[in-house]
Amino acid sequence: MLSIKDIKASVEGKQILNGLNLEVKPGEVHAIMGPNGSGKSTLASVLAGREEFEVEGGTVNFLGKDLLDMSPEDRARAGMFLAFQYPVEIPGVSNANFLKTAVNEVRKSRRLAPYDSKEFLKIMKEKMALVEMDKAMTQRSVNEGFSGGEKKRNEIFQMAMLEPTLAILDETDSGLDIDALRIVSNGVNALRDGNRSFIVITHYQRLLDYIVPDFVHVLYKGRIVKSGTKELALELEEKGYDWIKEEVAVGA
Amino acid sequence: MSTITKYQTASTAFVQEAQVFADLYGSAHPTLAAIRKQAIVAFSNRGIPTMKHEEWKYVNLTSIAQTDYRTASPADSQKLSNSDAEQYRYAGKDAILCVIENGKLNVAASTMTGIPAGVRIGSIDDFSSDAAVMSHLFTHASFEEEAMVALNTMLCYSPIIIKVDAKVKCDTVIQLIFATVPGVDPLLIPARVLVVAGEQSEFTVVESYHTLGAGALTFNNVVSEVVVGKAARVHYSKIQVEGDEAQHINYHKVNMARDSYQHLTTLSLGGAIVRNNLNIRLDAEQVNAYLNGLYVLNQKQVIDNHTLVDHAMPNCYSNELYKGIIGDQAQGVFNGKIWVREDAQKTNAYQSNKNLLLSNQASMNTKPQLEIYADDVKCSHGATTGQLDDEALFYLRARGIGETVARSLLNHAFAADVIEQVENETLRESLMQLLDVKLSALQIEA
Repeated sequence: MLSIKDIKASVEGKQILNGLNLEVKPGEVHAIMGPNGSGKSTLASVLAGREEFEVEGGTVNFLGKDLLDMSPEDRARAGMFLAFQYPVEIPGVSNANFLKTAVNEVRKSRRLAPYDSKEFLKIMKEKMALVEMDKAMTQRSVNEGFSGGEKKRNEIFQMAMLEPTLAILDETDSGLDIDALRIVSNGVNALRDGNRSFIVITHYQRLLDYIVPDFVHVLYKGRIVKSGTKELALELEEKGYDWIKEEVAVGA
Repeated sequence: MSTITKYQTASTAFVQEAQVFADLYGSAHPTLAAIRKQAIVAFSNRGIPTMKHEEWKYVNLTSIAQTDYRTASPADSQKLSNSDAEQYRYAGKDAILCVIENGKLNVAASTMTGIPAGVRIGSIDDFSSDAAVMSHLFTHASFEEEAMVALNTMLCYSPIIIKVDAKVKCDTVIQLIFATVPGVDPLLIPARVLVVAGEQSEFTVVESYHTLGAGALTFNNVVSEVVVGKAARVHYSKIQVEGDEAQHINYHKVNMARDSYQHLTTLSLGGAIVRNNLNIRLDAEQVNAYLNGLYVLNQKQVIDNHTLVDHAMPNCYSNELYKGIIGDQAQGVFNGKIWVREDAQKTNAYQSNKNLLLSNQASMNTKPQLEIYADDVKCSHGATTGQLDDEALFYLRARGIGETVARSLLNHAFAADVIEQVENETLRESLMQLLDVKLSALQIEA
């Protein structure tokens, strides 16, 4: 589904990704961990198509297409979804209106008829229940005045509405209390259907108790330096990253 | 010819025309003859303002000065029909449409049936025996201080008048459709409005400005005087959607009596050069005045909003929200003066001006100007000029919304809150549509 080969990327002239490789197959959940500044969020940004990130080498193939050649909107239409680490507030655009526009644009690109208001409301109601979201939030401006937890729930709600093929969660657990973490994770788990894939970027093993990954990768200095199963996350939690840094140093 | 000479020549030509008009039409309403004479003197002394004039610093009137304008005359024939006007119906099927074609009421094109009891709309001839109304005519907007008011006062023979009697609440919106019909020669149109709101009356007036057909240049020089009686509530919208080459200067004076309320929305979308001068005088206690403005510019449009909120008496409230979206090589100007006079203790006056610049060549000059002579007041102002939020744009695109639609959504969101405050729902929806049409024009050129 997603094949990242030897990707190199920089921002403001500083190289962050340094030959990163990753293969994600349908239905798999990959967790990406790593110390601060290792390039985790850069990876998410490059995949979503942020313009300020310069890709200097490598390829990314998504469902048979050259992802790097696509605009952010085309990536989303092709089935990629990024849950933002810091969802932006957009005053004046209601959540419902925004989502209806987004869902129908995505449907249009798939040659599906747009939802009418009634259908849309019905689906929205269904998906809101998934993240225990209050109806009033759909009438409010996108993320405006939302608490940290509400913003993250809104991300998962949008994901549920857009039904992506691949979802990238960029530190979705940051700033969440334990209840919000449970709600967000339940939402994600409800969307695991054996075909949909996830890349879960996180600092903490805690999230992976809720969203159990098939693979755990350690990102360090812009490359994946170690891969394993969920046990690797536990080991990192216990021992920190120093032993990995040492391994890399020895290997180099 | 030097620029200064052009200004002088043009001013002299207008004065000569005013003298001809005075001889031809001046005897119909002799009480106004004296005022017109004074206006001629005032305009002769001042002339068309140049950019050296502090208040006209950003608006170049050379194109007006160097155009050989003929003034629309009360004797001009009119050609618009009712169907020409119907396309501009903004406030529902019941609304009264008064068509003012090149400055003069066109009854045949208007839809003036269903005017509620206690409401009168007509030309000066319909009100010449109403001493109360005539006492307001030509008296509130100061031609002594404003050259362009003087120009209007000395040339205008066809004012349109609305009078709403005391305690009359009129739900039917009154829309004045100012139809500019260009001709063979460049045309100066001295349109004039007087609105007299009786005590405790409440109603909605819309002034909309349109260009119908093509021809030589046009220059609307409009003066509106609105007299808001005690405890009256007046909802007012001024909508500028004239053609690409239209020149337009209007002066809008509101005089507010005790306990009165007025909400004025100025929507500027069309025209080449547009100057909106608003002068709101809070002339008694417990007055509430709202002034909202929205301007969306592209190409080489110049739109200048000059507002004056004049707090003359204590315990009043004013709130001003102006927003602009400026694209291409367009230029926006906002000059917002709040004047709190010595007697105006316990004044609450707020002002905000926010602008979005969509291109590198677009410009905005904003100048809040607070002059406070009373000591116990609450006043605030804020002005911002920036660009569309890249983060918000990326967020929308990352959800599958194409860049054009995303920009349009964000522009709309920025501008919409000005229109959302318009009370009449049908009118509000029409204004939103006008806004979206203009925003989509911005998109195409971006």
